[in-house]
Amino acid sequence: MSDVVEKTLTALPSLLSLDSQSGSGKLSSTSKLGSLIRGITELTSKHEEEKLIKRELVAIKEQVSSPNTTMRQMKEIMVRAIYCEMLGYEASFTYIHAIKLAQQGSVLEKRVGYLGVSLFLNESHELLLLLVNTVLRDLQSTNLIEVCMALTVVSQMFPKDMIPAILPLVEDKLAHPKEIIRRKAVLALYKFYLIAPNQVQHIHSKFRKALCDKDPGVMTASLHIYLLMIKESPDVYKDLTGSFVTILKQVIGGKLPMDFNYHSVPAPWLQIQLLKILALLGKDDQSTSEIMYDVLDECLRRAEMNHNITYAILYECVRAIYTIHPKSELLEKAVKCIGNFVLSPKINLKYLGLKALTFVVQQDANLALQHQVTIIECLDHSDLMIKRETLELLFRITNGQNVTVIVEKMLEFLRFSNDDYSTIDLVGKVAEVAEKYAPDNGWFIQTMNAVFSLGGDTMQADIPNSFLRLLSEGFDSEEEDRHLRLFAVDSYVRLLQEDPAKLPQRFLQVISWVLGEYSHLRDDLEATTVTRLLARLLDLNHTSNETRSWVLTAMMKLCEGPACAALVQQVCDRYTGSLDTVLRQKAQELQHLSQDAELRSRVMTRRCTLEPLEVDSSLSFLDGFVSEALAAGAAPYKPPHQRQEELSQEKALSLEPYGLSLPVSLSSCCISDRQSPTLLSVSSGNSTDPSQRAAPTTLKLDGVKRVWGKQGYLAQKEVVEEAAQVEGPSPLLSSSQQGSADSPQTQTPTPEPDLQRQQLASALFVGLGAQNAVCLMGKTDAVPQRFRRKPRGHGSSSGSVERSSLSSHSLLGNNLLDSTNIPSDEVVSPKNTERTPDLTATNGTCDPEETPSPDETAAHVLPLTSGIGMETMEPATHTDPDRPRNPCLSSHLPAELSGMARSDIAPLCSNRSLALSACTVSTEDTFLLILFVSNSSDSDVQHLLLQLTCTGELEVSCLSDGAPEELAGHGVAVYKYSLVMKTPSPQVELAGVVSYEMPLGEPQAAQFSHRLYLTDFIRPLPVSTEEYGRMWLSYTHDTKQNLKLVQDDQDPLTATLNALKEKLQLHVVDIIGLEGIVACRLLQGQPCLMHCRVHDNSLAVWLRSPVLELPDCLLYHYQKALQEH
Amino acid sequence: MMRFLLLFSRQGKLRLQKWFVTIAEREKKKVIRDMTSMVLARKPRSCNFLHWRDLKIVYKRYASLYFCIGLEDQENELLGLEVLHRYVELLDQYFGSVCELDIIFNFEKAYFILDEFLMGGEIQETSKQIVARAIESSDMLQEADSSDSDWVEVELFGWP
Repeated sequence: MSDVVEKTLTALPSLLSLDSQSGSGKLSSTSKLGSLIRGITELTSKHEEEKLIKRELVAIKEQVSSPNTTMRQMKEIMVRAIYCEMLGYEASFTYIHAIKLAQQGSVLEKRVGYLGVSLFLNESHELLLLLVNTVLRDLQSTNLIEVCMALTVVSQMFPKDMIPAILPLVEDKLAHPKEIIRRKAVLALYKFYLIAPNQVQHIHSKFRKALCDKDPGVMTASLHIYLLMIKESPDVYKDLTGSFVTILKQVIGGKLPMDFNYHSVPAPWLQIQLLKILALLGKDDQSTSEIMYDVLDECLRRAEMNHNITYAILYECVRAIYTIHPKSELLEKAVKCIGNFVLSPKINLKYLGLKALTFVVQQDANLALQHQVTIIECLDHSDLMIKRETLELLFRITNGQNVTVIVEKMLEFLRFSNDDYSTIDLVGKVAEVAEKYAPDNGWFIQTMNAVFSLGGDTMQADIPNSFLRLLSEGFDSEEEDRHLRLFAVDSYVRLLQEDPAKLPQRFLQVISWVLGEYSHLRDDLEATTVTRLLARLLDLNHTSNETRSWVLTAMMKLCEGPACAALVQQVCDRYTGSLDTVLRQKAQELQHLSQDAELRSRVMTRRCTLEPLEVDSSLSFLDGFVSEALAAGAAPYKPPHQRQEELSQEKALSLEPYGLSLPVSLSSCCISDRQSPTLLSVSSGNSTDPSQRAAPTTLKLDGVKRVWGKQGYLAQKEVVEEAAQVEGPSPLLSSSQQGSADSPQTQTPTPEPDLQRQQLASALFVGLGAQNAVCLMGKTDAVPQRFRRKPRGHGSSSGSVERSSLSSHSLLGNNLLDSTNIPSDEVVSPKNTERTPDLTATNGTCDPEETPSPDETAAHVLPLTSGIGMETMEPATHTDPDRPRNPCLSSHLPAELSGMARSDIAPLCSNRSLALSACTVSTEDTFLLILFVSNSSDSDVQHLLLQLTCTGELEVSCLSDGAPEELAGHGVAVYKYSLVMKTPSPQVELAGVVSYEMPLGEPQAAQFSHRLYLTDFIRPLPVSTEEYGRMWLSYTHDTKQNLKLVQDDQDPLTATLNALKEKLQLHVVDIIGLEGIVACRLLQGQPCLMHCRVHDNSLAVWLRSPVLELPDCLLYHYQKALQEH
Repeated sequence: MMRFLLLFSRQGKLRLQKWFVTIAEREKKKVIRDMTSMVLARKPRSCNFLHWRDLKIVYKRYASLYFCIGLEDQENELLGLEVLHRYVELLDQYFGSVCELDIIFNFEKAYFILDEFLMGGEIQETSKQIVARAIESSDMLQEADSSDSDWVEVELFGWP
């Protein structure tokens, strides 16, 4: 090829000389550029090129500044200047001339001027202001070409602030008789919408006019804007669904002029744009989705031609089908379509097939099974892009059984990859699945070692942070924790003994921390040995000062005994004089601590228990010092976020931290208290997807042939009874079905894979298949997670409201699956508490309305557990009107409680003879639970005994003395309990058992449970602003979060606080401008203070309390209250 | 939408650049450097797609020229390929059997054609005839050009 160029270039001189001979003005312009180009191609070195261009630029400079240069010459000069810039040489002196040319030139010269402007300048360039008038004039020109040029340059780059100046003119163009002008105007507005959406807000109605334009081209252009707007708020545009469907139908039906065809496919760009819009509109919306099923089906059917463009449409169609509310028939077709992509010999299609598969396996992991062979082939593909995409796919189908193989493949790729961006991404993914599905401690540590080594210092900061938190906070079993830590220690000691020089800094920091903290767990490991290993790190050349300070901190924890002390002394001698202040301080500390064993044992307590150290993070012991300083005229302290806000308001430099380094906070053992890093891993967003999408996906298996079994690669295939499998998947069922290999289904011919591949396939795809239906219900929950974080960790780490669903799950702690019940319970109960006082006030005795109606109670029914000897439950007993069930219990309420605010009486459990109901009564300083045991049989019940089993969080004291042992027929016994929440928790389950004997019967028992929420135990704390200020300073545990603001035109802050007050009993202390302070307390317990501030469209909330868990738990309820608002 | 479109030769020489979003000069240089090195390093029989930061890169080689666009995440890669193809078709229609030299010597024309085809990073007009008409009408006053386009050279379409 290059010799072809060579040949052409040798032919050039003669052609060019021809030009110069002619000498006419027209041709000389070409020849000047031509000779420049020729000159450059003849050069042999970069240096010569530089010289030539410099000469050229000097010549250009001379010409442009000469008053005799005509616009026509200027045009030619401009082209040369553009060329020089393209080669990477600056010609900034021509910029102003480009603007002049656009201003003063004739149409053709103007065009080059505009081109120069759009290539030289960008949006924020100050010279651009000089162009505004030219654009204004050209927009009003009668010459269509000038108008077109102006619109083009406006859409290319226009100063944001000047948009209002030209907006009316551009708007007017929407009504221009020429469609090309209308189209360009729409696209210019699209560009404005992108860079300054609020400037074009008032012309949304005009967009609608453009959408209805009689010219399809203008309509197509308007879809760009609609796609953006629908992405932002799909609900507003649902009414347009029908129109979009109609348009797409017409396009597919070939109703557009031939001009719109591309390789005989009707308007493919338009089709794809419409498919994208439909996908957004139909997402999570069944009725809207139903409108588009037909057209999607037709779209799939029509796109048959074997051309790239039809595949592009098909791909978009498949994405739409899998985004909207599912329809089994369409899904089936889409899956078939994906199959064609994946199996295609064309590599581009294969790549997109993998992408589509990655997209759909998030909803149904089994779809991957059909393409096992291809996936394994792609895993070894020579093209890294294909390999990378395959790993992405595998990442989505990772489960507890295949995690080791998949992680191995990912690490293998990482070792070869030299692209930072994909390394960072993949490292995050490995860390994520490793933490989620680690089969054992050894593997986990090894994998994380690989992550740290390969991820280097570019990986997301939260990977080492969360790893260390995992180690320090521990999991469910103490023994396991110890085991894991020991493993880490062993592995790190080995690494340090080998060649620590090649390890990245981040990894060294992790190692230092772990060794400092846990090396004492290994009895046969001398502290001196570890200290020596660490000291070696200090000596390495490439060790950063940050790492060194981690090492010194680790040494502080280790220095014990005289041998150590000597070593430490050496280190200290070296670093107490360091130029780095942090290092110097650390070295000083180390020196003092190593010399004073008593002080050290006090400061560096070894945390054998999981109890967090109490750290006074508000530094209240410095209050005296502070007040002295203030008295002496020092400026009061402003917290960093406040300073930052003020700075940003002043449009100063952004002081956002680039990353968080936590050596100090980690090493000073205040794990519980430190601010968790807010950096979210790029990949973590993905991880929540499967569980969030879980609910609507269960149906999607319908009609999908399950070709592969859970053991992976199976020679035989069977058709699975879809519905049954999905509904009640059990390992037994699936294995027995796999056994039935004699199913009469036809066997599709599969290429005989070699043994190795077969093994790989079964390793990769194990765990998918029949029993995977369980995972679909909630992939993350169903698989036992090895390292389940303690609730505390999550509560403080969840960074945003969007993640509230995640944090709420973990906060619930004990029973993840129950969480689905909460919303309905929660919505009803507070409302009822408010309503009932009126009823009881007007009518203290039996009121027929008082009995909860079936509908209402339905929401209250709590999971019933059948009693030990209890007869089978009758379904929906309380809805049966014939039975004298749930008599008017309110009349049995203790006299002293009548007239107080209380919740509805909710049935807890019942059987033929006994029914249990409960209600709660809240007063200023108590929270009472009233239990009613009613005997619904005719005979007496004997040996009645009610026992509540309380969990650690609750303290229950029985207030009713001498509870009856017997209960006459249709009698009611009332029990009164006072409850106090000892340890804050978002919700607690109060379980109990009532045992009794029927005459002439066996002893019987019934179990029941009742759920209580933190909100029941929260009371307002009436304090003054001054008291508040004092309290604020003295509390140590705090949490910050951004909450959703309630939309309110007048005062969003007050509206939000009112919304919170509706659900929780809070005391709003004061509202000053955009800030508010709120106080509440736990019943008979500690207070919690909240400081909130409106910031952008959210409420920055800062909670402080003397109790560790309270802020987190309250935040959980705040979020919930606001979500329900 | 598209973020940028670059044309460069097999030697990595930039032939045309179009930026649809505001980008600092230094960043532009970095993008150009990265694109040329990444795309030129691709082996034959690889797919035409790449990742760069958060962008999808779609490239295709026509004769000695590489056409390369940076797409945002939600865009359709295959459609991106067709955007490139249509642009080459438009160039071919205008120059008549377009070759790299046409684009080198008449790069401003290539820009004008691009401006009629794409606008604000989106497709503006897909019809070859309409683009041709638009260019023609603004070329009206332009001199009948010299014999530049008659040079014998390998056509961009001459390659598989």
